[in-house]
Amino acid sequence: MNQQLRLKIWSGVLIVGFFLLWEALCWLFNVSDIIVPKPSQVIVTLIQRAPALWPHTLQTLYTTIVGFGLGIVIGIALGVLIGSSRLAYAVAYPLLVGFASIPKVAVVPIFVLWFGAGTVPAVLTAMIMCIFPIVVNVATGLATTEPELEDVMRALRATKTDILWNVGLPRTMPFFFASLKVSVTLAFVGTVISETVASNRGIGNVMMIASSNFDVPLVFAGLMILAFLGVSLYAIFSLIEGRITGWAHRKDEFAMG
Amino acid sequence: MTTAIAEAPPRTEDTFIELENVTLTYGHGEKQTTALGLTNLRVNQGDFVALVGPSGCGKSTILKLVTGLIKASEGYVYVAGREVGATPVRVGMAFQNPTMLPWLTVRDNVMMPLKIVPPFRQEYRSKKNTEFRDRAEALLKEVGLANFGDKHPWQLSGGMLQRASLCRALIHEPQLLMLDEPFGALDQFTREELWAVMQELWMKLKPTVLLVTHDLKEAGYLATRICVMRARPGQIVDDAEVPFPRPRTIDMSYTPTFVSMTQRLRELIVSQRPVKETV
Repeated sequence: MNQQLRLKIWSGVLIVGFFLLWEALCWLFNVSDIIVPKPSQVIVTLIQRAPALWPHTLQTLYTTIVGFGLGIVIGIALGVLIGSSRLAYAVAYPLLVGFASIPKVAVVPIFVLWFGAGTVPAVLTAMIMCIFPIVVNVATGLATTEPELEDVMRALRATKTDILWNVGLPRTMPFFFASLKVSVTLAFVGTVISETVASNRGIGNVMMIASSNFDVPLVFAGLMILAFLGVSLYAIFSLIEGRITGWAHRKDEFAMG
Repeated sequence: MTTAIAEAPPRTEDTFIELENVTLTYGHGEKQTTALGLTNLRVNQGDFVALVGPSGCGKSTILKLVTGLIKASEGYVYVAGREVGATPVRVGMAFQNPTMLPWLTVRDNVMMPLKIVPPFRQEYRSKKNTEFRDRAEALLKEVGLANFGDKHPWQLSGGMLQRASLCRALIHEPQLLMLDEPFGALDQFTREELWAVMQELWMKLKPTVLLVTHDLKEAGYLATRICVMRARPGQIVDDAEVPFPRPRTIDMSYTPTFVSMTQRLRELIVSQRPVKETV
């Protein structure tokens, strides 16, 4: 426990140190605000513009969560479909990789063409960004279930659904949560890309306008907000992961609780 | 070398498992391999039959055929008087690998069959915290795992996991118990301890048991009948009763009659070893 606390303290020191170093370098080399603003200045901007930034933050968060939620639902469904049989896994995998390798920025204009600028293309971009890691992880988790585990169930005359619920899905949970942590940050990327290209709301849009006005402190303030949101969601899913898939990490606290 | 194929005992009212002219082949054409040659086997209700023989002789194949996990290429497999799969026979299984589900506690692992197998399945929700839980605890206690129900599988040793695996195989009171080298990966002392546990459980619950093993002492200690198989193609070449009274003890396995029985089995298996092909 002591060791863990020490690690946490060092992480905190590193983060604070990073900002202090940044601040110091700006002072030392007299860097212009238009190139890199000082962290102190960014924080001041954040506080001063909070009333204006707040609705955009909510918009980005909302878009990301809706896109992420849709991504989870579709990702699990596709993952179960592909992972449930070795044949489906082998047949569908190349197509999946093909889709995954399309740069997602490239599809934003298509979504805008179909649905117009605004929230819908942002939600859809966030969604397609996070689907792929979820599908691959769920499918791989299911497809690699030990045959002995299935034999035990099949000898009991368990149906396919029984095996999926009692063996396949629980076994896949660690893979699934690993993919969620990746996906949630990707969902933010998707939202911001789409907001930058085609929207008049959201942090992405704010940063776009701020940079064209050379309001660089505001651009950095936007970055800070995105980083904060990303880290928060990541932390939430890590927490849930720890509770649900503690068995995979063989945590003693999990075993006792 | 060719030897006579062992005759299966005649069909009686007590016959529970019956393999009639069963063969099993994998693959097609040139690459076809015969896992099980023409095989006949009859096992009575409540019998404890051990299948011994060299690796690759199709011992495990017989278990899979009887549980319906695979289908015979030719011939028929009957369980409880009807073709396998036609009647819902309760089957318990334990393998060399304990295959516990790591996300469940030991007790929940043991209770898994109750969640799947009718008629328990329908009552699982209402009884899982009362009657079923007590039943699992009672069984765990019987194999010496009284206070381990709340542990997770990784917290237990290999021997303890195998005990839990036996509990899982027996919790739903199976009519048929399939044991595929369940003690194979354990040390000698743990193994002998578990033989005693197994014998006790069998004498109490009287399921029909098929045990696959490489250990002739184990076969002699536990089984009422021992079938010796040969490889390529897998076939039963000897089928003999084990006459020792129950409950059997480890000491019994050092008596001259027991030793000469295992010696005879050993010689039989060695003589059946396929001649190495010369290139």
